[in-house]
Amino acid sequence: MTYREALRLALREELARDERVFVMGEEVGVFDGAYKVTAGLLDEFGPDRVRDTPISEEGFVGAGVGAAMLGERPVVEIMTLNFLLVAMDQVVNHAAKIGAMFGGQVRCPLVIRTPNGAGNQLTAQHSQSFDQYFAHVPGLKVVAPATPADAKGLLKSAIRDDDPVLVLENLRIYTEKGEVPLDPEHLTPIGRARVARQGRDLTIVAHSYAVVRALAVAEKLARERGLEAEVIDLRSLRPLDMETVAASVAKTNRALCVEEGWPTYGVTAELAARVQHACFDDLDAPVERLGMAEVPLPYAKSLETAALPNEARLERAALATLELVPA
Amino acid sequence: MSRRAPAPPAPPAQALAEPASLEPWTLLAPDGTLAEGYRPSLSDEELLAAFRLMLLSRTVDQRAFSLQRQGRLGTFSTVEGQEASVVGSAFALDPARDWVVPQYRELPAMLRQGYPLTRFFLYFRGHPIGNQMPEGVRVLPFQISLAAQIPHAVGLAWGLRQQGSDAAVMTYFGDGASSEGDAHEAMNLAGVRRAPVVFLLQNNGWAISTPVAKQTAAQSFALRAPGYGFPGVLVDGNDLFAVHEAARWAVERARAGEGPTLIEARTYRLGPHNTADDPTRYVDPDELRARRELDPIVRVRAYLRARRLLSEAEEEQLRSQLMDEVNAAVAEAEAHPAADRRHIFEHVYADPPPRVRAQRERATAGEEVR
Repeated sequence: MTYREALRLALREELARDERVFVMGEEVGVFDGAYKVTAGLLDEFGPDRVRDTPISEEGFVGAGVGAAMLGERPVVEIMTLNFLLVAMDQVVNHAAKIGAMFGGQVRCPLVIRTPNGAGNQLTAQHSQSFDQYFAHVPGLKVVAPATPADAKGLLKSAIRDDDPVLVLENLRIYTEKGEVPLDPEHLTPIGRARVARQGRDLTIVAHSYAVVRALAVAEKLARERGLEAEVIDLRSLRPLDMETVAASVAKTNRALCVEEGWPTYGVTAELAARVQHACFDDLDAPVERLGMAEVPLPYAKSLETAALPNEARLERAALATLELVPA
Repeated sequence: MSRRAPAPPAPPAQALAEPASLEPWTLLAPDGTLAEGYRPSLSDEELLAAFRLMLLSRTVDQRAFSLQRQGRLGTFSTVEGQEASVVGSAFALDPARDWVVPQYRELPAMLRQGYPLTRFFLYFRGHPIGNQMPEGVRVLPFQISLAAQIPHAVGLAWGLRQQGSDAAVMTYFGDGASSEGDAHEAMNLAGVRRAPVVFLLQNNGWAISTPVAKQTAAQSFALRAPGYGFPGVLVDGNDLFAVHEAARWAVERARAGEGPTLIEARTYRLGPHNTADDPTRYVDPDELRARRELDPIVRVRAYLRARRLLSEAEEEQLRSQLMDEVNAAVAEAEAHPAADRRHIFEHVYADPPPRVRAQRERATAGEEVR
């Protein structure tokens, strides 16, 4: 099953399980969603459970907060992560804070799901991965599945969670295939990382599409150089599972942190800080970081590829972490 | 040479209209006949130039669509069906002083302001130069982020006033964008500050697959204007003359310091939302067929024929000229050297910080960007 189908299955199962769950957003009904995640759900569940909205992100994210306060389980689709900037106040100042500000009397079981990422020539304003803007905020949970199984398991966990959860999907993974547990009660716990590949020489820490890249590079390093990289798929950015990361670095003594977005103040910055603290005595080399070039993403295909943390750059960064090429 | 007609009466501001009686203002009927007593303020020469631009736009749509399908152009939105809205309004502007602030479906307005067609093709081939305006071309680049250009237009209009200019700013957006907070906030600000801006809302019936009835419960977008303290006008957006007269009136108001105007040009998107969309999945074919009958180009053509301003043979010749013009622009764009990796780092910082400088140096040396 593809990542996209796994998300759809999660939505269908949760819509069927709990009548408080409803889906809303731009083009989610008749159009099946901008990236077809909600295909068929309008026919199956009707317009009260699958609601098309006007193009008013701040409005319908805010309405999601309101419905969630009443105990409904809204699942808001934002066409791409970039458009969530328009609703930032509702996410940061309201969804994330309402539980605390009302002394725990009301919860905000809101799910926002949205694809992020680059690689489809969608240019500077529509290709971003600013996951850290959201992972920065106490009160929000942020998950970023890299496999179809976790796409299903994490989205279901998010819908059942009593706190607001941002589910970061990724444009490039929608078509990736993988085994998906069909048990409707199978959940992926929020806040637990996964060892995606075992290794002894180096730990590569990644999330979302960077995991797919990291696995490809790890296979290449094994094939061509006999180097075994361990790949950690974070799955959750907040809460962050440092135990799994630290256990891996204690084993390999070297860490490369990768993200699709800009590294300055990014997810890899947070990871590097935590790894050096947790693994100070284990490290044989400085923690390396890799992300996108520090520029707005170009439109031309060749330039877009060059700016992203592509496999060639990732391989070079891995070799630098192993001190086999200059840093 | 045609006689200059006296200025027509101001279009009916919907401020005073009963919602139930809202009908778009029309001056050119679908059969090409003029409303009784109306004499266009466009001269015959201007009218022929406007028709030429409408046809050029349609030619670009067709050529660009086929290039996109061949992988020679990125995703873009066609103008098809909205030529009267865009061209009629653009012809109310003086390119030597007025500004166009587009969304992404207003290429002909940009061309009239002096944006070179070659740059359109360069832009959708991924060249940064495609979004650069030649000196003196008063157009902001395509805005892909929905509705974000509307506040920019208000600020631009303020800036022009502050610089002592009597210029007007025409900003375009659609029925979908009207639901964004930016649209509301920009219109309110413009009203409060009497900014010299014309809000040209092209209601083309669709926001991707969302029909206008799911975008607003109101009977007209023009009705919003009184709430902001300025007039709103509802015009037939497939009527070149009605759009032009309404825009002309609004531009005059802006110049005279009377503040903004909202024009709802009610038109119809005959093509897809963009080249990644398949409207056959959600548009009723009968509706589309009926709307094709109201094609704005057909209407102007009927008028031109009746006035004997352009014969069938002359139009044939014009079409072939336009095709040559478009092909030349495509050839020029395709001959442009491929973008260089160093371009990634250009125009980000005037004085790049050390990290960006180091990345640029590596890229220049042909190494991987790190």
